[in-house]
Amino acid sequence: MENGELIPHLFRTEYRKIVAVLCKRFGFEQIEVAEDITSDTFLTAAQGWGIGGIPPNPVAWLYNVAKNKAKNHLQRGHVFDSKVVPELVHDLIDIPEIDLSPQNINDSQLQMMFAICNPVISPEAQIGLSLRILCGFGIEEIADAFLSNKETINKRLFRAKEKLREGEVKFEIPNKAEIDERLTSVLTTIYLLFNEGYYSVSQNKTLRKDLCLEAMRLCTMLVENESTNKPQVNALLSLMCFHASRFDARLDNNGEPILYEEQDTDLWNTDLISKGGYFLNRATSGDKLSRYHLEAGIAYWNTQKADTQEKWENILQFYNHLLQIEYSPIAALNRTYALSKANGKSAAIMEAEKLNLSSNHFYFMLLGELYTGINNDQAIVNFNKALALAKTPADKQAIQKKIDKLY
Amino acid sequence: MDEFVLLFRMDIITKDAQPSPEQLQVYMKQYHDWVGGIAAQNKFIGGTGLSTEGRVLKPHDIITDGPYAEIKESVAGYIMIKAKDFDEAVNLAKDCPMLKGEGNSVEVRKITGSHNKD
Repeated sequence: MENGELIPHLFRTEYRKIVAVLCKRFGFEQIEVAEDITSDTFLTAAQGWGIGGIPPNPVAWLYNVAKNKAKNHLQRGHVFDSKVVPELVHDLIDIPEIDLSPQNINDSQLQMMFAICNPVISPEAQIGLSLRILCGFGIEEIADAFLSNKETINKRLFRAKEKLREGEVKFEIPNKAEIDERLTSVLTTIYLLFNEGYYSVSQNKTLRKDLCLEAMRLCTMLVENESTNKPQVNALLSLMCFHASRFDARLDNNGEPILYEEQDTDLWNTDLISKGGYFLNRATSGDKLSRYHLEAGIAYWNTQKADTQEKWENILQFYNHLLQIEYSPIAALNRTYALSKANGKSAAIMEAEKLNLSSNHFYFMLLGELYTGINNDQAIVNFNKALALAKTPADKQAIQKKIDKLY
Repeated sequence: MDEFVLLFRMDIITKDAQPSPEQLQVYMKQYHDWVGGIAAQNKFIGGTGLSTEGRVLKPHDIITDGPYAEIKESVAGYIMIKAKDFDEAVNLAKDCPMLKGEGNSVEVRKITGSHNKD
């Protein structure tokens, strides 16, 4: 790898590890110091490697420099303290080694994850901080993902850190008794992070994919740790594997979405599909059914392209259950679509008419779809309502195509 | 929006009255599709099925086995829903597939909230 690619790559993989370890060492209230030292380490690398060439072991080099900078920081703190407390002036206080062993890196990252995904800050801020600190994303990339600008993101992250400090958020993996509750918000953040990539309107395709992969990486860390390897965590990882398996088939070269029915199944990633199956299996060990279990079940059946009664019956029952746990308009619409496949269009029309989602263009698209072939006049009426509500040119075009077909 | 409880009453004890496993599967699908439809309208709050055995307590320390009070039908389960009034709640309850069974009943009661904490 050339120097120009190596440092950004290392920034993505190592930044989070160094920040997490230093943060654990300094205490969470000094998160900015940890970030500064780490950024400074990369700056030193960029300058030094440009002149002297890339060292034989770049990661070890980074860790060493980070350690030294951290030690200097502690030393300075120590000198200051000792001036305030003159009795200690002659005592040589040992500054413990900065521990960059794989075990400590892992533990620190998990603890960092729990600290960041604390409900004292908004879900949006949790995702932003996760992207920055746990995923090593640059401020510009985060701004792009949120369709915002650098300044706004900087402010948001700063305020979030402030709030975590004020809330005296602890740097720890919660104990057995509270882990399920705390995990809930960690999993929500990971899930939102994944969705940020999967449904993002950002035009940057590589960035979208990276967001998804990072979410999966964080979830994998939870699965690999004994105390966080819970059924719902495996279910979420399974769900993300199934979704991600279709990533390359979902968008055309212009970044426009391709409908499920029209996707090229050769582009589906079979590796990820079988991985999804593996984690779904591991998710069945408990007796609690989370929304991730149900969504993973739906996602599993969506990796089966054949239109069988069994497929749609299963999807329908998963949606029936999912809506009881957690209502969302999109799940209500998808459920109604599955109902039309499992129980027939007439039954689905009756149910769809009760949904009353009349500000949602997908709702009228669904109604148009259901009426097509049953009552084409009604289908056109509904497609026209959808057309009036649709916002993007791509959506409008897709709807117009359906209307044209009916004349 | 008010909250309502739908109580499902049926004969859950008499052997002859019980559905075969195949029938039960059909009934369960109809039931889940019906509840799913209520949930899809964002009007589902919660609910559960109940065991077929039970104990009934009466005055003077009398405790009897079996879930029924005086009649054959017992509460088999319940769900809680949101609806703007009794009419809407009854309308949602009307589609309950249990009502295809002779002798079954669904009782609609408004939750009046005397146990609310706040």
